[in-house]
Parts: sequence; structure tokens; C-alpha cells
Amino acid sequence: MSEPTQSRPNRLPAPASLSSRSDRLFEILILTLASVIVLVFALSIYQLGTESWPALKRFGLDFFTQRTWNPVQGSYGAVAMITGTLVTSLVALAISVPLAIASALFVAEYAPRWLANPVGYLIELLAAVPSVVYGLWALFVIAPVLSRWEQGFFQAPEKIALYTACKNLWDSGSTTLQCFFVPSSFDGRGLALAIIILTVMILPYTASVARDVIRLVPQDQREAMYALGATKWEVISRAILPYARAGIMGGVILALGRALGETLAVAMVIGDSQDALKSLFGGASTMASVIANQFGDAQEALHRSSVVTLGLTLFFLSVIVNYVARLIIGRLTPKGIQ
Amino acid sequence: MLMGGLILLATLLVVAPLILIFAYLIREGLGAVNLDFFTKVPAPEGETGGGLANAILGSVEMLAMASVLGVLVGVSGGIFLSEYPRHPLMPTVRMISDVLAGIPAIVMGLVAYGLIVLQFGFSGFAGALALGFLMMPIVVRTTEEVLKLVPQTVREAGLALGLPKWLVTLRIVLPAAAGGIVTGVMLALARVAGEAAPLLFTAFGNSAINLDPSKPMSALPLEIYRGATSAYDENQRLAKAGALLLITLIFLTSLLARRASRRK
Repeated sequence: MSEPTQSRPNRLPAPASLSSRSDRLFEILILTLASVIVLVFALSIYQLGTESWPALKRFGLDFFTQRTWNPVQGSYGAVAMITGTLVTSLVALAISVPLAIASALFVAEYAPRWLANPVGYLIELLAAVPSVVYGLWALFVIAPVLSRWEQGFFQAPEKIALYTACKNLWDSGSTTLQCFFVPSSFDGRGLALAIIILTVMILPYTASVARDVIRLVPQDQREAMYALGATKWEVISRAILPYARAGIMGGVILALGRALGETLAVAMVIGDSQDALKSLFGGASTMASVIANQFGDAQEALHRSSVVTLGLTLFFLSVIVNYVARLIIGRLTPKGIQ
Repeated sequence: MLMGGLILLATLLVVAPLILIFAYLIREGLGAVNLDFFTKVPAPEGETGGGLANAILGSVEMLAMASVLGVLVGVSGGIFLSEYPRHPLMPTVRMISDVLAGIPAIVMGLVAYGLIVLQFGFSGFAGALALGFLMMPIVVRTTEEVLKLVPQTVREAGLALGLPKWLVTLRIVLPAAAGGIVTGVMLALARVAGEAAPLLFTAFGNSAINLDPSKPMSALPLEIYRGATSAYDENQRLAKAGALLLITLIFLTSLLARRASRRK
């Protein structure tokens, strides 16, 4: 490009008009490249939408209310995957949030500096472990432990009777609260293992956002409480946590978004059963795990389309969840915490 | 004091999985990391020996292709958000890149499948495209953040010298933020290098060494997934060694990136 400076000694140059053509070109170039992001988003909706259409046309809203997912009969209802996704994500969230907040408090408030930094590092590395590696570890290390417990459950004869009663219930498509805690598979895979591994996987997201917002709590706030004679825990529970609450909430929702879409680790350990949830220690599935496990093998057009409809649902679910999380975090922290 | 103890205990619980996973992979996988591991392809199921050369090469090639897209679009997006804050499209681009960052990787795999695989079949290109889609929003975010750290006075000084805005941006602002941008790209690479889900039905995997991106291609996370779910000990052993290699590379990359950004 040409050197665009032009001197006009007698008139004061308006800065905007200086070399405006090359600036204009640069702006267009940058804008074009940046709009690829918008394009990818639009293409994703279009692509997922057109491929979901056959299933949506065939089943309509029934797709989201029907329980049977049966490629052999050609009937597809997503209730089992939707509940599987929600149950695994919400339970994992419920377990991980207190742990994450505690570790954030440790790093931000309790630990001496020489310890806080390495621990903070380790928690960030936890977020860098690939999903498939978590899956491998859960499969080879935690599943055998669960499996031993599941098999040990049936040492007593009355437990076998209980299992038989539950088995009849499950086969007839119903269940009871008690039966929910009776193992239905014995290899350790299932809902419980998926929840355990999801808990570990989403911990670092809440923990690092919580740590950042706790550090943003003004020092005066702490000192004022200490001056009144408060103990450390009183300062944390009355001055720090209430102040950081909304920011932590943003981190929690971000972690929820992760949990909803987490795929391979869950797909490897959840046991891939499309019966609606029957046992905590038995097979289940999530939307993401069904996409991973079935899309490649789906021969029939309707099966394919139904799997893509799960993808579309997941797409919109994560758009909403992430939008809400960003809204909360963006509103709270002027300096932009990721 | 009781709460302090509980908090320490919770922190130990949070950090324990990382240490346990790493220790497990070293114990189980280190033995399989040898010359064959880097130079041979996996032995046929049920046989012993072999390595993950196909996966290592595939990963490197797809990540290189994904970076082209991720860096080009991501850095431009970051420049747009930071240097054109009053542009009418700016809020849209910002919101969409934020939202895109949260779309599950497997869904991006479905999109790349529809865009490429339906027309041209499984290929390294399709896998790289999916990974590139995943990199873009991460690079946008970090680029925007570091560009905003460049003092406004630096831009004004450039403009006062009569330089046009594009030259100020390219020759003064970008170089000043280059370190941070490189850090962002490295973190994005570390993040997508471990993704297997979007590759399942795009790159698909290949048990032979393949450098042609228009054909199915393997990748480390794919081989880890196949091996871990395989019934054969030998495949499982390779998967553990592959996981050890992958996790080590990812940790090193993130640590280097963070150290570089902290020094600034």
C-alpha cells in the first residue's frame, strides 16, 4: 500500500480525512474477518436447523415429551437424555459449588502467598485436562471401585429379593425411590460415575471465577469487620461472601454450561442406556453422550435427524446459559473477568 | 478454626484428582513411551507393539490448520472489538463470540460434519475446521483483553505523528500486545488439542499414517478414546501412554503461556 501522508501546510488537516481511504480499507478487512464469527454462528443454526427438520416435522413437540428412544421401532423421544443431562449437571453442580468456593477462599484468604500461587496453578491445570483423559481415568480407576461396591451390595439374600422386585418395576417402565438406589448394572458405569467425573471437571471453572471475585472485595470491607473484633470466618461469611455472591453465581452458571455440554468423559462412563433414569447405579445417557455414541452409527435418516435435534437443543441451551452467565459476570466486574 | 480446617480439606479434595490422574498415567503409561511409540502406528487389535505416530502427526497437522483460521479470525475479531468500540456491529460481534465460546465442542463437530463431511467425506480438513471454530472465540477474548491494556496515549502519539489508524494498529498497537496475543493463542491451542468429541465424525481417525488433509486423519485424543474403550490390553496401554503425552504437552503449554503473561 502507498504511504498515505499528505501535507497540506496552509490548512489545518482534519484528522479524520487523513489517509481515510486506507483506513477505510483496513476497517473493512478487519470487519470482514471478524464477521466470520457471526457467520459461523449463523451457519451453525442453519446447519443444525435444516438437519433437525425431518425429526422435528415428524415428532413435533412430542420429541421433547416422549420417553421411548428406539432406533429399531423408529420412535424418538428425548425425555431420557434431557433428564439425564439435567440430573447429571445439576447434581454435579450441587456437589462441586461448595468445594469450589472453599478452595477459592483458601487461595484468596487463608493460604500464605507461597502456597496460594501453586494451588491456584494446580486448580487451573485441572481445567486443562482433556475430557477424554478424565474419561479414561474414570473408566480404569473409579469404575472398578464402584463395580466392587455394586457387586458387594448383593451379598445378602434380601437384597437379591429387592433387586428382583425392582427389576420387575424397571421392566414395566416404572420405579420407586428405593429402587433408584439399587444397582442395575454391575460394571461401575452409570449415572453415579458420570456425576462424579462431571463434579471434578467443572470444579475449576467455579473455583477460578470465585477466587477472582473474592479478590475484588475491597480491603476496607475486611478491615472494618476485623476492627469490630470479628473472627476470620465471620469476616468471610458476613463481609466477603455476600459481597462476592453475584459474581460467584456467574461462575456457577458458567460451570453449568460446561457440564451440560461435556461429552466424551460422560459418554465413556455413563453406560449409554436410553431407558429413562431408573437407577443411580445403572446406565443412563445425556444429550451430548448420545450424539457421541450414536451419530456415527446412525444409518437411518430419521435417527440421524433425531440425534442432530439433540445437538440443536444443546446448542440453544448453552447459548442461553452462557448468555446469562456473561450478563451476570459482565455487570458485576467492570474490569472483565473471564 | 473449624471452618479453616474444612476449607483446607475441601481444597485438598479439589486438587487431589489432578495429582491422582497424573500419577496413574505415569505409572501405567510411561512404560509404553519408547521409540516405537513415536514412529509406529497402532498394531492391529489383539496384537502387541506399535505406537501412535499416526495420531501425533495428525494432531500436529490439524492443529496447524486450525490455528490459521483461529488466529486470523480471532486476532481480527479482537482488533475489531478493541479498536472500533463505537462501530454499530461491535456489540453483536462481542455477544456472539462470547456465546460461541460456550457452545459444546461436539455440537461444533456436528456443524463441521454438515458443512464438509456431507459433501466431501471424512477428512483432516473437516476436523481442523471444527477445531478452528473452537479456537476463534478464545483468541478473540484474549486479544481484546491485551489490546485494551495498551495505553491510549500510545495510539494518540502515533496518530499525532500523522500515521493513519491502520498503521498505528498494525505497527504500534499489535507489536506492543504481541506477547499477550501469543499467550492467548497458546492457551487456545492447549484447549483444543485435547478435544476428541468434534473429531469423532469429522477427522474420523485413521490407523495408518496420513498426511493428506482431504482424507480421514487420526489425532491423539481420538486414539486415546478408541484405546480406552477397547477391550484389548495393548490398545489400552497405548491409550494411557498417549494420554500421558497429551496431558504433559498441554500442561507445559499452559504453564509456559501463563509464565510468559505473568512476567509482562
